[in-house]
Amino acid sequence: MADVRYVKATRIYPGTHSPAVDALDLHIQDGEFMVLVGPSGSGKTTALRMLAGLEEVDAGNVLIGGRDVTDLPPKDRDVSMVFQNYALYPYLTVAANIAFPLRMRGVKKSIRDQRVREVAKLLGLEDYLERKPGQLSGGQRQRVAMGRAIIRLPSVFLMDEPLSNLDAKLRVQMRADIAALQADFGVTTVYVTHDQAEAMTLGHRVAVLHEGKLQQCGPPRGLYERPANIFVAGFIGSPAMNLCTLPASNGNVSFGGVDVPVPTGSSNGSYVLGVRPESLEVATEGISAHVEVVEDVGADAFVFCSAEVGGQAMRLVARAEARRAPQQGDRVSLRPRAEEAHFFDPASGERLDRR
Amino acid sequence: MSTASVPTTATFARRKPPAHVRRKRFLVGLANYSLVIVAAALFIAPFVFIFLTSLMTNDQALSPHLWPHPFRWQNFVDVFHKSPLWRWTLNSLIYMSLATLGLLLSSIPVAYALSRLRWRGRDAVFIVVLIALMLPPQVSVVPLYVMWAKAHLVGTLWPLIIPNCFGDAFSIFLLRQFFMTIPEEYLDAARVDGCGEFRILTTVVCRLAKPGIAAVALFSILYTFNDFFLPLLYTIDSPSHWTVPIGLAQFRSLHQVQWNLTMAATLLVMAPVVLLFFAAQRVFVEGVTLTGVKG
Ligand SMILES: Nc1ncnc2c1ncn2[C@@H]1O[C@H](COP(=O)(O)OP(=O)(O)O)[C@@H](O)[C@H]1O
Ligand SMILES: [Mg+2]
Repeated sequence: MADVRYVKATRIYPGTHSPAVDALDLHIQDGEFMVLVGPSGSGKTTALRMLAGLEEVDAGNVLIGGRDVTDLPPKDRDVSMVFQNYALYPYLTVAANIAFPLRMRGVKKSIRDQRVREVAKLLGLEDYLERKPGQLSGGQRQRVAMGRAIIRLPSVFLMDEPLSNLDAKLRVQMRADIAALQADFGVTTVYVTHDQAEAMTLGHRVAVLHEGKLQQCGPPRGLYERPANIFVAGFIGSPAMNLCTLPASNGNVSFGGVDVPVPTGSSNGSYVLGVRPESLEVATEGISAHVEVVEDVGADAFVFCSAEVGGQAMRLVARAEARRAPQQGDRVSLRPRAEEAHFFDPASGERLDRR
Repeated sequence: MSTASVPTTATFARRKPPAHVRRKRFLVGLANYSLVIVAAALFIAPFVFIFLTSLMTNDQALSPHLWPHPFRWQNFVDVFHKSPLWRWTLNSLIYMSLATLGLLLSSIPVAYALSRLRWRGRDAVFIVVLIALMLPPQVSVVPLYVMWAKAHLVGTLWPLIIPNCFGDAFSIFLLRQFFMTIPEEYLDAARVDGCGEFRILTTVVCRLAKPGIAAVALFSILYTFNDFFLPLLYTIDSPSHWTVPIGLAQFRSLHQVQWNLTMAATLLVMAPVVLLFFAAQRVFVEGVTLTGVKG
């Protein structure tokens, strides 16, 4: 068990100019489930591989349990990793795959066999121990990969998009299983995903990366309620937050006739107003919009509209009760709840708060 | 192929088709494969000729009759009395096995370093290997001969074996291509799970690239078994070190050209190579097409 600390950790791939991971500062507590999330190419995998020792650290440091491991090879870092494609050895049986880390560390066969049985029981793999990975379903392979990671209770678990090869239903189920396993063992875990829903449901804390830079790190709720910049605001939450740039006058921006009071501190007098779909009501007054698609998700419906805001055409998404949702092709009025609006500086993209 | 026979096969797969349909199918098949059949016959012909000659008496071997009369199976026994075939075979086996072993032990680590380790100058070194591949062996033969002569090793098998222990450009190239097809995740998983690079090479890479390694070994076995040039160069004056091809070539002059015995001996030494090829055909083809490893 150990905490993990990135200190200005930077990775610049040879032959490229911009860093894949740029001065990452992140402290992961002992026993914490930390999710790194971001769009494809944002540097999540690179950050994880730097921690595993599979990628060089060009500047800064990586610490595990207070020990500087920046220059240690992977085998001396006491981490275990689940790979996106599982990396199960096709020529070994399930039992041998799970036992592999113990065998490489010279653990006696009798102890290995016992541990394999325990892990297999935990993961429901007892009936498959003698099979080869090629004879397993995707979900079972995923479990074997998990088994290989947990058999040797390491200081840190690393997982790189471990569920991305599974179908949607299995993914949700495995998500719950992983959360339960992590809670059981209490091992510090760093989990990489591009799926913000996965990040929000799994992480104790979530770190959002974009173009190699850490955008914000905090508990899922915090990220959702107080996104630190425009990128996080647009990335976290589905459907995404409505964002529009509006000029301010007399301490207000006007959104389709509704005045929304703004905080001070904008660098150029205009503001990026952010309104989540659930903060945008279908009402009798407000901005006039044309309904393009209605997405019924059970109790709620998301209403995708086209509208003109501040002189530019844009798309807005509102949430409505499914039974009272407008129809495709309707004209509706959308009104933001002023107290739930977010504001960002259009130049820096940073969040601005009302005092 | 023929449109008429398609519905028949599809609809009445169980029933035996009528005679004229079967006959037509047979002829169409014959036509389709005719070129291949001719080519195969051309390849087989010399083997048939060797086989038939090996069963003739010496007088008949020089006559224009192709069919042995009588069949003289005794030739296959006589070969061993009239020539040190065992000795030659043993020499060939020594050359083959030690050279192949040395080749694998030296080429595999180099191929790994050239494909899987990141280091400065790797690409330049690989180009040097490629250049070595393009260099005809005859270029270096004279200086090498002088070197072995100075080391007093001419007349032994060592000049044939030792160079293989320093790697071989073609094998390194082939193995490197094979190693490149192994997904990086396998190696990373092994690294995290406690393997050093040497361990990864021996436990993971060699296991995953088994078809490639087998192909390289097979190439080497066939090459050394058939090699005529180098054994001739280094062992011609030392009959106790002759390999099979040299021995067979000398066989004629030793015994006033006994073609029947020469052919019997040829057949005997060819047999294991042909059997090996058939047994390992799949591996061999995989080695050539480089599609051996899948993720
Ligand atoms: N081996 C590599 N060589 C050069 N650039 C790389 C390499 N691996 C990743 N990159 C680049 O680094 C950036 C981050 O990649 P990665 O960490 O894989 O992103 P993510 O996992 O978030 O999708 C990308 O722009 C990618 O193109
Ligand atoms: Mg990735």
